[in-house]
Amino acid sequence: MKRAVTISVNGVSHATGVEPRTLLVHFLREHLNLTGTHVGCDTSNCGACTVWLDGMAVKSCTVLAVQADGSEVTTIEGVSANGELHPMQRAFHETHGLQCGYCTPGMVMAAIKLLEANPDPSDAEIRRGLEGNLCRCTGYENIVAAVRAAASGVTV
Amino acid sequence: MIPQAFEYEQPSSVADAIAMLGKHGGEARVLAGGHSLLPMMKLRLAAPDALIDIGRIASLRGITDTPDAITIGALTTHAEVAGAEVIASGCPILAETAAGIGDLQVRNRGTIGGSIANADPHGDLPAVLLALDGEATAEGPNGRRTIAAADLFVDYLQTSLSPDEILTEVRVPKASNSAYVKFNRRAQDWAIVGAAAVVHGSSARIALTGVGSKPVRAAAVEAAFDGSNTAEAAGHAADGLDAPSDTAASGEYRAHLARVLVRRALEAAMAR
Ligand SMILES: Cc1cc2nc3c(=O)[nH]c(=O)nc-3n(C[C@H](O)[C@H](O)[C@H](O)COP(=O)(O)OP(=O)(O)OC[C@H]3O[C@@H](n4cnc5c(N)ncnc54)[C@H](O)[C@@H]3O)c2cc1C
Ligand code: FES
Ligand code: FES
Repeated sequence: MKRAVTISVNGVSHATGVEPRTLLVHFLREHLNLTGTHVGCDTSNCGACTVWLDGMAVKSCTVLAVQADGSEVTTIEGVSANGELHPMQRAFHETHGLQCGYCTPGMVMAAIKLLEANPDPSDAEIRRGLEGNLCRCTGYENIVAAVRAAASGVTV
Repeated sequence: MIPQAFEYEQPSSVADAIAMLGKHGGEARVLAGGHSLLPMMKLRLAAPDALIDIGRIASLRGITDTPDAITIGALTTHAEVAGAEVIASGCPILAETAAGIGDLQVRNRGTIGGSIANADPHGDLPAVLLALDGEATAEGPNGRRTIAAADLFVDYLQTSLSPDEILTEVRVPKASNSAYVKFNRRAQDWAIVGAAAVVHGSSARIALTGVGSKPVRAAAVEAAFDGSNTAEAAGHAADGLDAPSDTAASGEYRAHLARVLVRRALEAAMAR
């Protein structure tokens, strides 16, 4: 049986019905067509599905849409404003912090929160802070470089 | 994968939640942070008929400081425990343990009550609660009771909570000379073995995770410890232990880890 929820996503309120077993990531991708949030695993490990739920980075594959009722969700589609990339997105672009790009939306969402909590992290703190996000391509070096670049503001 | 269909209930009080558990007669599960239960449901290792989502019960949140102890509401997240000043100063082992669970995203959702109730044999908090000699409060149809950590963990994923009880809060005594050290190989992995040490002068309470189906006290270390002989006492950490072998490690290696990690935990606790 469907259950009524009201979830605000990237500033737009959606009042709709969802099956209780609907995962937040599927609500975003399949109900709202916001396919920037990815699914990379079945085990809550990869972090490709990371979004902000009431301002906190969470794995949207491990939250039920009904648990997000009344909450505000921000996805990768919601971090840029007026067609301008977010500085973290720009940093990933400029330092080649991605190859296939599958992990990138989740990385960016987690990395922005990392810098909010710790504006000037060491490389070790960046690696530790992104522990919940796996990348199969880059070997992480350029991801760390991207976060460092975003932290120091050296992007054009 | 998507979990099997279930009925979803959203109680607004503990009393409501207990009534809903009763209504579903043992086929319902409590949902807290969902970071153990939902992964199991996605893999269809669990398929409850109903979920009683306690996530909106405000009385289950928050941290209360008293002179000798700290009381933590069951729904308090790992991130909140890790970030609380009263816990960092009064019970550093708990703050450090919460800060080391999983990853940032897991800590933002997972709760202290869920970790204790789940009793994963590789979980960090059950061993820490045992070393601290802490306790959990549970409420059920027959009222409220307090369960000492020593009586709480029964077996693999099993506690002495009954299926119609809600764990409402966790209480830990203050313990400034306390530390938790775990070992794993990969980022975000559960502990292969973890050691919790709580030192009071010349005595210590030590508990281990990852060496059996539930957390255990390292009684031989506790008996040997005299307040300064950390290396010698820690050498007894695997005495009487029959640690399991699996894909992560052999039993022999776990015994080795237990000895090393107990020494490090004792040293760290005494240095605080
Ligand atoms: C990627 C990943 C990595 C992780 N790494 C670690 C780690 O390193 N160390 C570690 O210790 N844990 C780890 N965890 C588990 C995490 O700590 C979970 O948050 C925790 O085990 C369960 O808490 P929860 O609030 O999410 O509970 P839930 O998943 O909601 O519930 C777990 C179980 O407890 C029951 N339950 C929950 N709350 C109550 C209550 N108040 N009263 C009665 N029953 C209740 C539920 O019915 C269920 O059976 C990890 C999880 C993930 C996904
Ligand atoms: S899809 Fe892998 S953690 Fe969510
Ligand atoms: S860029 Fe391919 S997974 Fe990270």
